[in-house]
Amino acid sequence: MNNRTRIENLSRRDFLKQGGGLTLALVLPGVAAAAGAGPGIAGTAPVVKGDFTPNAFVRIGSDDTVTVIAKHLEMGQGTYTGLATLVAEELDADWGRVTVEGAPADAGRYNNLFWGPAQGTGGSTAIANSFMQLRQAGAAARAMLVSAAAARWQVPVGEITVREGVVSHAASGRSARFGELAEAAAVQPVPTEPVLKDPSTFRLIGRHVPRKDSLAKTTGKAMFTQDVRLPGMLVAVVAHPPRFGATVRAVRDDKARAQPGVVDVVRIPTGVAVLAKDTWSAKKGRDALEIDWDESAAWRGSTEAVYARYRELAGTPGKVARRDGDAEVALGKAARVIEAEYELPFLAHAAMEPMNCVVRLDKDRCEVWNGEQFQTGDQHALAALLGLKPENVHLNMLYAGGSFGRRANPHSDYLLEAASIVKAINGRAPVKMVWMREDDMRGGHYRPAYVHSIRAALDGAGRPLAWSQRIVGQSIIAGTAFESGMVKDGIDATSVEGAANLPYAVPNLQVELHTTNAEVRVPVQWWRSVGSSHTGFATEVFLDELASAAGADPVDYRLALLEAHPRHAAVLRLAADGAGWKAPLAKREGVRRGRGVALHESFNTIVAQVAEVSLAADGSYTVDRVVCALDCGVAVNPDVIRAQMEGGIGFALTAALAGEISFDDGKVVQSNFHDYTMLRINQMPKVEVHIVPSAERPTGVGEPGVPPLAPALVNALFAAGGKRIRRLPIGEQLKA
Amino acid sequence: MIQFSLNGQSVKTDLPADTPLLWAIRDGFELTGTKYGCGMGLCGACTVHLDGNAVRSCSTPLSAVAGKQVSTIEAAGEARVGAAVQAAWQKLDVVQCGYCQSGQIMSAIALLSSNPRPDDGEIDAAMGGNVCRCATYVRIRAAIHEAARSLA
Repeated sequence: MNNRTRIENLSRRDFLKQGGGLTLALVLPGVAAAAGAGPGIAGTAPVVKGDFTPNAFVRIGSDDTVTVIAKHLEMGQGTYTGLATLVAEELDADWGRVTVEGAPADAGRYNNLFWGPAQGTGGSTAIANSFMQLRQAGAAARAMLVSAAAARWQVPVGEITVREGVVSHAASGRSARFGELAEAAAVQPVPTEPVLKDPSTFRLIGRHVPRKDSLAKTTGKAMFTQDVRLPGMLVAVVAHPPRFGATVRAVRDDKARAQPGVVDVVRIPTGVAVLAKDTWSAKKGRDALEIDWDESAAWRGSTEAVYARYRELAGTPGKVARRDGDAEVALGKAARVIEAEYELPFLAHAAMEPMNCVVRLDKDRCEVWNGEQFQTGDQHALAALLGLKPENVHLNMLYAGGSFGRRANPHSDYLLEAASIVKAINGRAPVKMVWMREDDMRGGHYRPAYVHSIRAALDGAGRPLAWSQRIVGQSIIAGTAFESGMVKDGIDATSVEGAANLPYAVPNLQVELHTTNAEVRVPVQWWRSVGSSHTGFATEVFLDELASAAGADPVDYRLALLEAHPRHAAVLRLAADGAGWKAPLAKREGVRRGRGVALHESFNTIVAQVAEVSLAADGSYTVDRVVCALDCGVAVNPDVIRAQMEGGIGFALTAALAGEISFDDGKVVQSNFHDYTMLRINQMPKVEVHIVPSAERPTGVGEPGVPPLAPALVNALFAAGGKRIRRLPIGEQLKA
Repeated sequence: MIQFSLNGQSVKTDLPADTPLLWAIRDGFELTGTKYGCGMGLCGACTVHLDGNAVRSCSTPLSAVAGKQVSTIEAAGEARVGAAVQAAWQKLDVVQCGYCQSGQIMSAIALLSSNPRPDDGEIDAAMGGNVCRCATYVRIRAAIHEAARSLA
């Protein structure tokens, strides 16, 4: 484990408490680094004469190319486009000449400003933490180009304009392209406080700007880890234990070694690796291994036993994460008490690109090619394993074929596995370790299973007087380098986020947590939207149950409880209006139709969704339409935001319909897409997205589209006359 | 030794006849646009054209392609339909992570080559074997309609 790394992490809530002051208080890293290191410090590219490298984030070539160095992983969420937009906006660059390059691992230059001195991508922070930093980087570069032009033309700086990569002086009719000024700009003084644009003059932010990765990803040219090929490289496929916690007792590998193409077989801490000249030979070799596993320390639990134990714990007091008033007293006195229990399964990330990693180990350095999401943690973990200095671990950040949190593993699990294989062969060849789909599905690090038990007291008008919620499940953060910062008084902030900050006005509110890591030893990890992936479901289905008990309209009921949260109320209204909430749904022959709503804030972005369903008599149903509204502050790229809502809805729908990793005597039941099924195109609803206009600082969009979908769907099925679903996935529960 | 046509060029390989076409393409011929996703023909990330039909290369042994025409995403833009599909994908910014999109595009080209004006139901039927974990389906459907319009 990665004990040597202490990542001082500011939780999202801590950041919120500090407001915008945190980012503003930071020195502009690009400029600071430029002042210290001089030109040639952006990315890993060598210094080229004639190039202009004003800071760590932008490089302008004499050929007019503007290269933006992206410090965050592009895993589909559109961050390469968004980050480049910020630089290009303030630089007044020609978008067509902007290219994006992944940053190397270097927390000194490329740290996530919300994560202190750590570099990495997660928590929907990429645009939010970079918004001022990259605008300043672009503005600094622009100022230096302008200074260079002013000096060359002997005209005042104030008379110079810049547009789409061309610097002009109208009075004298002179102009120059960026490339023509690059060399001269490089020797201009770096401005310490570059002037940023007034948002009313934005040409790119808030407009439709095409994605930077579309061309590569539609022509098969985009480079993923799976596609890396190095001279002399071997491919490794690993046999993992059948149960978590098991180890290798003995291995017979003669059949594997006899497989054509197989070069070597090595034991590593996580299993046995077969190295071959190509992937298929390595897989056939792996499948031919005969391994005697020592399962004496293995976890042998089952799904039903986990739920039974969690329900039992939910009946006992847990650690208190939030206490307003006295919920128990209010519940004791209440005329009417509503209770419900919700169960949410383990979930695999199941990115389309199964986990993989390429490692080359030389005498005193190693180089890694990876869909790299957690640079600082991975760098330190690899350095510790290989006995190297962290700065001698070089990480190449490639496109990731999805992640949904999986590639940001706080234990650097799959990277360490790949490095262990290279170490076992003393670095004599570079190694591409690839997990087959089954390895990925059964490799653990799942979204944990949870049980939520909620009781509420209603007053005579049906409004909640008290809300008492108990959450039971594993902590994602316990045992990681984030523990000191994100687990306080036994409460993992990610286990209760979305519940402990319930926005609705409830005078007596209590949220408690039972953490089960000591008894359930399934490796767990954040999964797109983290805690909100389960708290959003429990709170928003329960809200619907309360509205139903009160005989109230679900939208009106919520709005009445949101007087202190006007942004939430506005988002909810926008979604309801967009869906035509007050108008009856069009009738369809042979089905009952229903509409459900849910509202949830995650990563400082507020999202409401209205789902429309058609339910047949046999319990089959279709999700016809989802109307989504959100407030994410300034919409840097509205089309990418829409795409993230569409995708978040589809991702959440996959899980709600049938997503479950289950256990039988400690073994993962599912193995591939036939039993861990993915949403197909015919199941994708029509999606409409409405963005609240805002001048507030931008917040994340990669994850917040996920949490409202499942509760909105379940609420819609109830409205259509189906039974109340309290356990995910929905599966066959509506069938008679 | 198995001989076939790959993107219009005659190629031969001495990989074992039971090697899936996918791994021959990727590791043998070093064309990495075609992706591995499941190995069981369940996700479509490995979709290529075999004599013009969309097939899952992960479940197609080399022995089944002897003497036939295989084409991959790398050659997709060379034909009119393929170029139109790629242009539509780019115009509508369909991609997110992009890992499945080579397969999606190959399936879409096969569909439009046999049915120039598919309706939503026909699109769903033809594209049902291609999983997109990022759920770009709304735009895939729109891009197929867009490509059909541009080809009309």
